[in-house]
Amino acid sequence: MKKFPWSRLYLAVVFVMLYTPIFYLIFYSFNDGGTMNRFTGFTWDNYTAVFEDSRLLIIVLNTFMLAFLSALIATAIGTFGAMAIYYTKQRSTRNALLSLNNILLVSPDVIIGASFLIFFTMIGGLFRSFSLGFTSVLLSHIAFSIPIVVLMVLPKLREMNDSMVDAARDLGANNFQVVKNIILPFLSPGIIAGYFMAFTYSLDDFAVTFFVTGNGFSTLSVEIYSRARQGISLEINALSTLVFLFSMILVVGYYFISQENVSRRVRKNRQKREVTDLQ
Amino acid sequence: MTKIRRIYAIPYMFWLVLFVIAPVLMIVYQSFFDMNGQFSLINYQTYFASGKYLTMTLNSVWYAFLITLITLLISYPTAYFLTKLKHKDLWLLLIILPTWVNLLLKAYAFIGIFGINGSVNSFLTFTGIGPQQILFTDFSFLVVATYIELPFMIMPIYNALEEMNPSLISASRDLGANNFETFRRVIFPLSLNGVKSGVQAVFIPSLSLFMLTRLIGGNRVITLGTAIEQHFLVTQNWGMGSTIGVVLIIAMVVVMLLTGEKKKGGRK
Repeated sequence: MKKFPWSRLYLAVVFVMLYTPIFYLIFYSFNDGGTMNRFTGFTWDNYTAVFEDSRLLIIVLNTFMLAFLSALIATAIGTFGAMAIYYTKQRSTRNALLSLNNILLVSPDVIIGASFLIFFTMIGGLFRSFSLGFTSVLLSHIAFSIPIVVLMVLPKLREMNDSMVDAARDLGANNFQVVKNIILPFLSPGIIAGYFMAFTYSLDDFAVTFFVTGNGFSTLSVEIYSRARQGISLEINALSTLVFLFSMILVVGYYFISQENVSRRVRKNRQKREVTDLQ
Repeated sequence: MTKIRRIYAIPYMFWLVLFVIAPVLMIVYQSFFDMNGQFSLINYQTYFASGKYLTMTLNSVWYAFLITLITLLISYPTAYFLTKLKHKDLWLLLIILPTWVNLLLKAYAFIGIFGINGSVNSFLTFTGIGPQQILFTDFSFLVVATYIELPFMIMPIYNALEEMNPSLISASRDLGANNFETFRRVIFPLSLNGVKSGVQAVFIPSLSLFMLTRLIGGNRVITLGTAIEQHFLVTQNWGMGSTIGVVLIIAMVVVMLLTGEKKKGGRK
């Protein structure tokens, strides 16, 4: 006899909890009534309103471009940063680097925002041409994404068998080849995960952006914050539905890519095992 | 390797100096200036002399503690059961997916759900309890904060459980431990690092959720984050804001020390 799957039930409850607010938003994006209280009738009006609101569309575009760019740059810097930490021989230096790396990760958003505001204001005092806006937001997003990438890549480096590097060296590989052909391919799951995390953090960030954004530039979070403080507008619901669908497509795509990698790896391992069995 | 390491590590080192060390130093530096730009200790004096700021700090820490605790209680079983599932990668992605929905959107959804005419109140009316004021209370703040932090707790615990060597569990079974014993003596201690990073990832942000206190808490809950935002962006008193920031940094260091990885063995 099978036991009642309590664990499945628990998970189902958690998933329902996680998704209820999101579907609630989506549901009311089709509401004719203009509030999130009572569903009065089906309409596409809120969606047409979004597509006619060019200011909002530009903000969405900015937000995604910002996330894409900052995650890309942060991944590059963070991956090499992780390698720098890992290959630091002295234990005390390595620990110091790690602690420094973690500072931004555990710092409250407000502190990061406030300190970056002081920092950028100072830079603005030194260089006249620099002012708060896209550049300052991009720099801050890169800055707080780097430690996340490092944290995703570092465990992979620890997992890596160092004798692979030694073997590559014995076979005559130079530094560049070792990094390109041995280390980076091995780290790629961590790097991809790091990129996605950085992307997520950047999309989700409100507090830091709010501090360093200045007047001209706005991201989705900042825009929603200012609109939500004025009350409910179903245009936001429609927009969030679209953003949600987009994320969904991305995630499913990412899943299939990683799935393919897994099966390829499994197949390769199986082949390897068969070969060793034969010997 | 040394030479090449220095080349590829340069951007990272630049980042460390410019965006980690310099801003922290600047916020400490700024905290010693009053509103007129004069060097003084007035901010610290105000902070420690007035009961207002100290109560606020205690309150803020208490809320963050509650949020962390509730999140942990929900997350641990979730992460544990997740590792047992067949398509766990997919399910984990479904846990991560809500974090892709903007924080503000989720808070905004709760404005609708908890509102005085919202669905929770319709339900309460339906059951005969009658509508309650839910939005703009401490309760709504706790619920929404927990909801938002949940994935950030589940993920590190899940990772810790996933990385565990399954042969350790088999070994524990072979040595005669039952399910509970195995969990208590093998699985839980080995997942503790995940729990610790989860606590780090939830506690500190909870101290600074100023947008939730404004949108959901109705300014009733004032956290350290709210106070800093107020001083920096509204009253423009950067000195006082930085002072509270320094307090927050100290709180952060304490949490890090408490949840940091223990040093392994003696140095050899």
